[in-house]
Amino acid sequence: MTDTHSTGPFIAAIDQGTTSSRCIVFDRDGRIVSVDQKEHEQIFPKPGWVEHNATEIWENVQEVVAGAISKAKITSADVKAIGITNQRETTLLWDKNTGEPVHNAIVWQDTRTDALCRELGRNVGQDRFRRETGLPLASYFAGPKIRWLLDNVEGLRERAEAGEILFGTMDSWVIWNLTGGPNGGVHVTDVTNASRTLLMNLHNLDWDERILSSMEIPAAVLPEIRSSAEVYGTTADGVLAGVPVASALGDQQAALFGQTCFSEGEAKSTYGTGTFLLMNTGDKPVNSYNGLLTTVGYRIGDQKPVYALEGSIAVTGSLVQWMRDQMGLINSAAEIETLASSVEDNGGAYFVPAFSGLFAPYWRDDARGVIAGLTRYVTKAHIARAVLEATAWQTREIVDAMTKDSGVELTALKVDGGMTSNNLLMQTLSDVLDAPVVRPMVAETTCLGAAYAAGLAVGFWPDTDALRANWRRAAEWTPRMDADVRDREYKNWLKAVQRTMGWIEDEE
Amino acid sequence: MARTIQSLERAAAMLRLLAGGERRLGLSDIASSLGLAKGTAHGILRTLQQEGFVEQDEASGRYQLGAELLRLGNSYLDVHELRARALVWTDDLARSSGESVYLGVLHQQGVLIVHHVFRPDDSRQVLEVGAMQPLHSTALGKVLSAYDPVAHSEAAEAAREAFTPRTVTSMAGFESVLDLTRARGWGSDVEETWEGVASIAAPIHNRRRMPVGAVGVTGAVERVCKEGELRSDLVAAVRDCARAVSRDLGASRF
Repeated sequence: MTDTHSTGPFIAAIDQGTTSSRCIVFDRDGRIVSVDQKEHEQIFPKPGWVEHNATEIWENVQEVVAGAISKAKITSADVKAIGITNQRETTLLWDKNTGEPVHNAIVWQDTRTDALCRELGRNVGQDRFRRETGLPLASYFAGPKIRWLLDNVEGLRERAEAGEILFGTMDSWVIWNLTGGPNGGVHVTDVTNASRTLLMNLHNLDWDERILSSMEIPAAVLPEIRSSAEVYGTTADGVLAGVPVASALGDQQAALFGQTCFSEGEAKSTYGTGTFLLMNTGDKPVNSYNGLLTTVGYRIGDQKPVYALEGSIAVTGSLVQWMRDQMGLINSAAEIETLASSVEDNGGAYFVPAFSGLFAPYWRDDARGVIAGLTRYVTKAHIARAVLEATAWQTREIVDAMTKDSGVELTALKVDGGMTSNNLLMQTLSDVLDAPVVRPMVAETTCLGAAYAAGLAVGFWPDTDALRANWRRAAEWTPRMDADVRDREYKNWLKAVQRTMGWIEDEE
Repeated sequence: MARTIQSLERAAAMLRLLAGGERRLGLSDIASSLGLAKGTAHGILRTLQQEGFVEQDEASGRYQLGAELLRLGNSYLDVHELRARALVWTDDLARSSGESVYLGVLHQQGVLIVHHVFRPDDSRQVLEVGAMQPLHSTALGKVLSAYDPVAHSEAAEAAREAFTPRTVTSMAGFESVLDLTRARGWGSDVEETWEGVASIAAPIHNRRRMPVGAVGVTGAVERVCKEGELRSDLVAAVRDCARAVSRDLGASRF
């Protein structure tokens, strides 16, 4: 940002995200030296469909890399490695010889494969591949999206079977292009991204042939699955020509890494539009019986993979946006705290934002949002308070499910993301979890995780202990709520959750 | 003799033009609609643009109403907005200085701490958001009193308690401290509020250059001072941070 930086060397991290691509340059202490960012177009061809133009994304990536390097006033000689982190599950097929995408990338949020997923579940249902992949058959994941493209782009299946077509999530696309594209680009993905395809077997970290044949996906399109931290190749040209490309991690796993959750039982939660909570479960995949996902957390070089349980909350920051944009009760997201702080409690109101059903641990798509407990006493300030509490209680439900599945009690929650600037929310979170909530000093944990992994791969940092030593606590909130109040409020919240269920009666 | 100012009338006409009908207009459309020479119209538009009342679309070069117009009627800065804007810069200040960082605003007769970043060591620290500090003796309070006339009158009217032998309590003494603060652009507190503790703070301005808060570092006097003087590298880091937050709030360079 300003002065007092060492003169290098540095690590560059590329974050190819859902709405924008960013590049951040970090120094050896894990401090940010420079940032550049560019948004890309969100393409909505039909209701429920979301696409990205992969060519635009690659151009933006090149631009932000050049931008961040020039803002840092450094050259490729000062950069020891490039790390990649990316929006997960977004699926692209491209021509191996020309580098041209055969179709827009299908974004993780896209629901066009809903019916296909039901069909693939056959008589077993959405858990048909859960034992192998740790995932339910759902439209987010890459495998069904590949199948849709093969079925719907004319002539694509034949070309794919002839070995002319490559599949990749955004990590693969960026790495292939960085390392030369049609001129010798390496076609790889890392274990964390591969663990979101519904095609990788979690136990041997290889593509699962039985699932490939069930989904009718030719193995020829698939990238090689590599570790999250190892040198995949070197940058072919551009401002960072010759620099090793040395890490890839899905965004949430990168945040887990950036938060240095390297021990079993450590967890991080990223509070953005939605929220993603990941807990390190050590070197064994833990099956979930409470609606969580089992996923690979990361794998460093030849070391054993580290697994994680993942729980996501669909509506957290977006509920605050809804209060601002749809209800007009606040002018900016930050004002929710001002409004909520003007009262002592929720006045008896509970807001369950099941806008598109209930996610983990319930998985009820017949649920819809509810504000329960309304009386004439309730003001907009109480509703604002209920909005913040909704994020806290939903986190509590995920944490409870993780404890049930893993048998590990959460000792502290490391948080990041935009909502961590909300002090009242962070205090409420600590109160309802009955555990300390800790914010690290670098808020950009996703990019930092990718930088850390790349730095480990090239020996910029010696080991994970050195990364832990970089971790700095910026703030910590400790529980202040009485146990009986917490129990009563949790009971009320669970009652409100019950009120959301069964609202939609048979959509057909 | 003209009783009105022609360029202001023309500016007002431009704003009305941009507010009605098409949202974005090019320079020649605006000039011809108002019967002005292009050069004249451009000069007025550029002035309006500098004030934020008009914005120019980068791609098309067309003009539209600026966000500043919306803010005119709603001018206070939410402290939680201030914290959100300051977050990355204050984290960076804590890291580079090795000291804890506080962000304060005027509240009633004192400084309300709205953001606190821990000192980056592994020591046990307690979040002090919501705490109040005195205006007359702390670095944050002196900066607010020096730049914000409301804070100044609060501090002038309050009983200025002596917390340590070094606390400045006389009105004349306090005024000369504020003069010094304004002259150098930052404030300090060396054992004037707490024994053994020193702070450095600088003002945060919004887009209209109004002082909206102060940011500073606080630490043990032997770390914050060197050879009896406040460390100049810390002063520079604090001022950089305050400028960065001000820029994020839309203040122009100063």
